[in-house]
Amino acid sequence: MDIIVCIKQVPDTNDVRIDEKKGTLIREGVPSIINPDDKHAIEEALRIREKEGGKITILTMGPPQADDALRESLAMGADEAILLSDRAFAGSDTWATAYSIARAVNAIGKFDLIICGRQAIDGDTAQVGPQLAESLELPQVTYARKVEISGDKAVIERALEDGHETLETSLPAVITVIGDLNEPRYPTIKGIVTAYRDKEVGKMTAADLNADEAKIGLKGSPTQVKKTFVMVPKREGELIEGTAKEAAGTLIERLQDKNVLR
Amino acid sequence: MTGDVFIYAEQREGTIQKVAFELLGSGRKLADDLGVKLGAILIGSGVESMAQDLFAHGADTVYLADAPEVEHFLTLPYTRAACKIIEEYKPEIVVFPATHIGRDLAPRVAQRLYTGLTADCTGLDIDPESKLLVSTRPTFGGSLMAQIMCPEKRPQMSTCRPGVMKPIEPDTSRTGEVVKVDFESVDADMMVKFLEVVKEARKTVNLEEAKIIVAGGRGVGSENGFENIRQLAEVLGGEVGGSRVAVDNGWIAQDHQVGQTGKTVSPELYIACGISGSVQHRAGMMGSTVIVAINKDPTATIFKVADYGIVGDLHDIVPAMTQALKDMD
Repeated sequence: MDIIVCIKQVPDTNDVRIDEKKGTLIREGVPSIINPDDKHAIEEALRIREKEGGKITILTMGPPQADDALRESLAMGADEAILLSDRAFAGSDTWATAYSIARAVNAIGKFDLIICGRQAIDGDTAQVGPQLAESLELPQVTYARKVEISGDKAVIERALEDGHETLETSLPAVITVIGDLNEPRYPTIKGIVTAYRDKEVGKMTAADLNADEAKIGLKGSPTQVKKTFVMVPKREGELIEGTAKEAAGTLIERLQDKNVLR
Repeated sequence: MTGDVFIYAEQREGTIQKVAFELLGSGRKLADDLGVKLGAILIGSGVESMAQDLFAHGADTVYLADAPEVEHFLTLPYTRAACKIIEEYKPEIVVFPATHIGRDLAPRVAQRLYTGLTADCTGLDIDPESKLLVSTRPTFGGSLMAQIMCPEKRPQMSTCRPGVMKPIEPDTSRTGEVVKVDFESVDADMMVKFLEVVKEARKTVNLEEAKIIVAGGRGVGSENGFENIRQLAEVLGGEVGGSRVAVDNGWIAQDHQVGQTGKTVSPELYIACGISGSVQHRAGMMGSTVIVAINKDPTATIFKVADYGIVGDLHDIVPAMTQALKDMD
């Protein structure tokens, strides 16, 4: 069972600060991490390999420093890692990203399963997984919280808002996974040493993809960011003073006046 | 029809989801701004009777793909049906719900049609000059808002979370046209088989529909600390919410999370206790009618968005409120 795991290196959004005047992010000093859902994708691939054998290839599209995320994946136990990096990809929206990754997957060639995290914490779109599946004309199962491989099929529990459904998909397929699926392992010391000392990260550029140039990067992206801004707080509130008991009493009166408490 | 606004009317096991009415509310405004009709895409088996409810909530036309193989949601046949309707009737805009179904289906449809899709929008507007759809969404964990447009490709597509858009007052006398679409799946659409659906009998937290939410954040300090929050919520007949910090620390389960990575809520009353009010959190609760902030730190951002603020220790003030409300009964 050869598995490709698609990951993204993201800024840790818990640490992201914003320049309220400019309406932009302050990225300096913000640590980069493997996107949390993607770590669960790597872990699931490792678990499947333990049972079924085969090879795990980690694929990411990003700037050169995404090498760190790939090394960390290798340290967790992945066999190979490929960095798809080129200035030509700058400005890609989810459509162009999925298209480019699909071409890279085709360039890798042989695989039985692709696993992605459901969504990345910087964009929160959850679109690239399904869009990748469509670009590859493969079936997809999103929000996977349990995956069982049996022969050339996979039986998957897909989380719903109020429960779950069970689906059976033929392979190859694209699966996007959520955190409930597993607990990602920590890299071992040996794994870290191997990942940084012995392993090579494969490189791919736009030229390796056999891609339609009009469909990559900003040019290939149907959506455009018109502007970004900081949401402006807009309420003029009343500060209620006094002891805890007094303040609680005053607040309740105000809420009754407003008819939100009866 | 060409140039109209469409929404995807999600049904599950024969029940139209509330979010469909919310999208119709938003779609109605967009269609009126553009001077076009509002269509609803309805896919399922034996679902034609739902059309009247969609008309009552603002749809002019229901585009119906009714076939046995689309009884349950499955990505591939639903994608084929939705694409067929879109390609045949060429809407200008299509809005999907950002549910586990919509977020599975919409990206697949967008990729097949080679058009743009903007996820989890909190605002949909028509730009007065260009007449293009402007989709506003939080990004970077809600730290920033982005406005996205799709200038060239059609249709312009977006998803919206449940609880964000407001339905119109239903009018049962409204009528409309049902357009039946011939739909046949192909073998390749059946690569994924539906086996079963299971409703889970956990105590459901229905934050999206709650009238009152008492939410706790970093200032709550511990899992035990949430007991004060719970008691106030109980005496108010409300639900308990939590910020990302509270959820990340394991003080409260994830399905209670309010914010960009959690749920978007719009109760009549939102009481934020020990929550600083990051944009990430505000993105999830700014639709609340009345906001109360209780926080030790007088400079906390949450006070800027609150209608009423109390500076102090939530562990004093919240129990005092609970007691005062109990004394009133």
